Amino acid sequence: MHVPDGFINAPVSAATGVVAAGAVALSLRGARRELDERTAPLAGLVAAFIFAVQMLNFPVAAGTSGHLLGGALAAILVGPFTGVLCVSVVLLMQGILFADGGLTALGVNITDMAIVTTVVAYAVFRGLVKILPRTRRSVTVASFAAALLSVPAAALAFTFLYAVGGTTDVAIGKVATAMIGVHVLIGLGEAAITALTVGAVIAVRPDLVYGARGLQQKLKLRVNGELVDAPDAQTVPVAARSHRKVWITGLAASLVLAGFVSFYASANPDGLEKVAADKGIDQRTKEHANSDSPLADYGVRDIEDARLSGGLAGVIGVGVTVVAGSAVFWTVRRRRTDDTSPTSTSV
Amino acid sequence: MGAGHAHRLYRHGHSPVHALPPHTKLAATFAFVVVVVSTPREAMWAFGLYAVLLASVAYAAGVPAGFLLKRLLIEVPFVAFAVLMPFVAEGERIEVLGLSLSVNGLWGAWNVLAKGTLGVAASVLLASTTELRELLLGLQRLKLPPLLVQIASFMIRYGDVITDEMRRMRIARESRGFEARGVKHWGVLAKSAGALFIRSYERGERVHLAMVSRGYAGSMPVIDEVTASRAQWSYAFALPFAALVVCVLGWTL
Repeated sequence: MHVPDGFINAPVSAATGVVAAGAVALSLRGARRELDERTAPLAGLVAAFIFAVQMLNFPVAAGTSGHLLGGALAAILVGPFTGVLCVSVVLLMQGILFADGGLTALGVNITDMAIVTTVVAYAVFRGLVKILPRTRRSVTVASFAAALLSVPAAALAFTFLYAVGGTTDVAIGKVATAMIGVHVLIGLGEAAITALTVGAVIAVRPDLVYGARGLQQKLKLRVNGELVDAPDAQTVPVAARSHRKVWITGLAASLVLAGFVSFYASANPDGLEKVAADKGIDQRTKEHANSDSPLADYGVRDIEDARLSGGLAGVIGVGVTVVAGSAVFWTVRRRRTDDTSPTSTSV
Repeated sequence: MGAGHAHRLYRHGHSPVHALPPHTKLAATFAFVVVVVSTPREAMWAFGLYAVLLASVAYAAGVPAGFLLKRLLIEVPFVAFAVLMPFVAEGERIEVLGLSLSVNGLWGAWNVLAKGTLGVAASVLLASTTELRELLLGLQRLKLPPLLVQIASFMIRYGDVITDEMRRMRIARESRGFEARGVKHWGVLAKSAGALFIRSYERGERVHLAMVSRGYAGSMPVIDEVTASRAQWSYAFALPFAALVVCVLGWTL
């Protein structure tokens, strides 16, 4: 799904570049908290891991094979901020060194493959882990679902970007069907491999899996024949968790929304005009020429297309809102739970 | 994305292009690609001129054409997509060799092919005339956040190590008669990925400890400060400026 140069037009590329830069800046702050001063070496090694894992081809059907995107895997194993950071660095290096994905399309690629996959996967993962019983098995199940949804979500985001700023006018319905159809299949493979990988890591080093940190049992000490909770080895710094983080997250989310929605709003009349010019006038004259024939084809197809595109926009809008909302909610929630019961994670 | 060919990206040489400071080359490449992308697709001759410009840079850098063309193969997947475009795009259709093709689709395919190929060629030239470490220093000079540069440099430095570990695991699997043929083998691949993650994470921890014991406190010291003179900047920007002239001509003609 690496987008080459010239595939998405300049304004949308610039806008996604701004979005990507903002998200990377936010992740840099977040990753420092997830990994403290170990950020550079650990995130670098994890980025190298994702780079290597993307070469792991798995057979999908007879003759074809897909490869992992790794966004969901990164988010679950090392946390969402570090995940975004690692996948972004991988994409940056692929763009500059391997010419894999265009330099001007870097913003599009990071938004699509680093941010959307990681954020969607982590939101789904968190939600499921909250609902399911607190066992290792449910972490595996949640990672399956998270990876399964993250890949079509990226395809959907790509379709959205294409609808707003694509340089060719392939019908949006066709692009959506093709992209999502293919990526549901790839998502199945990604989901299975991600879930099995997370399961394999949990079996050996459960403390390394960021998404399973809540599962750790409190350390108990037997004092005079009675079990008592051991004192926490390290306490989470409270000062670092302020309201400011929530505000920044909210602001970034609303900025992203506003940017995209305004672009969509500004691009839509253009698209409609274009369709009217391309299609409507030509076809109406044709229809007039043989008006007695039941030419419901075009009408139905037009309505279908309009509905499909409208529905698609709605779905994407709702999806983005839900993800943004749950991200804010989750941030607030995590802050609260951390304040009440600081979990000790000794890595 | 081939396995572990990071060191083969760079082509050693002593040309004036190799000698330029890395950040001027990075900025020039980016400016060139931006100019190419903003050229109207109807100006076909402009893209020919861009290709000539890139070819002259390759000649100045002493990069043989065969090397460049081989590296261009990376974009084959996009070519496949672009070839599909004329068949599925909307709009008026024309007959070409008995096939009904969309005019807009043809233009779109041409647009993606031309701009994508030029972008890939520019990146390939950059990577083959600039050493990896220099490239990272250049990114830092261009005000990329230092933490991001550090992460990237660790990724590059250990990329080969991790990829080699993956390769050894693959050889170990294959020497035991394993071949990934279908869905039922996903588990084996996933266990490899899991083992690889644990190894890379633990290596990261060891690297961090080694760094801390040598006085690392969260930021890397910059030893060799690269600066670029005005002449070097103007030499590097000869390419995007020439491209800009072509682009302006493309819009006006």
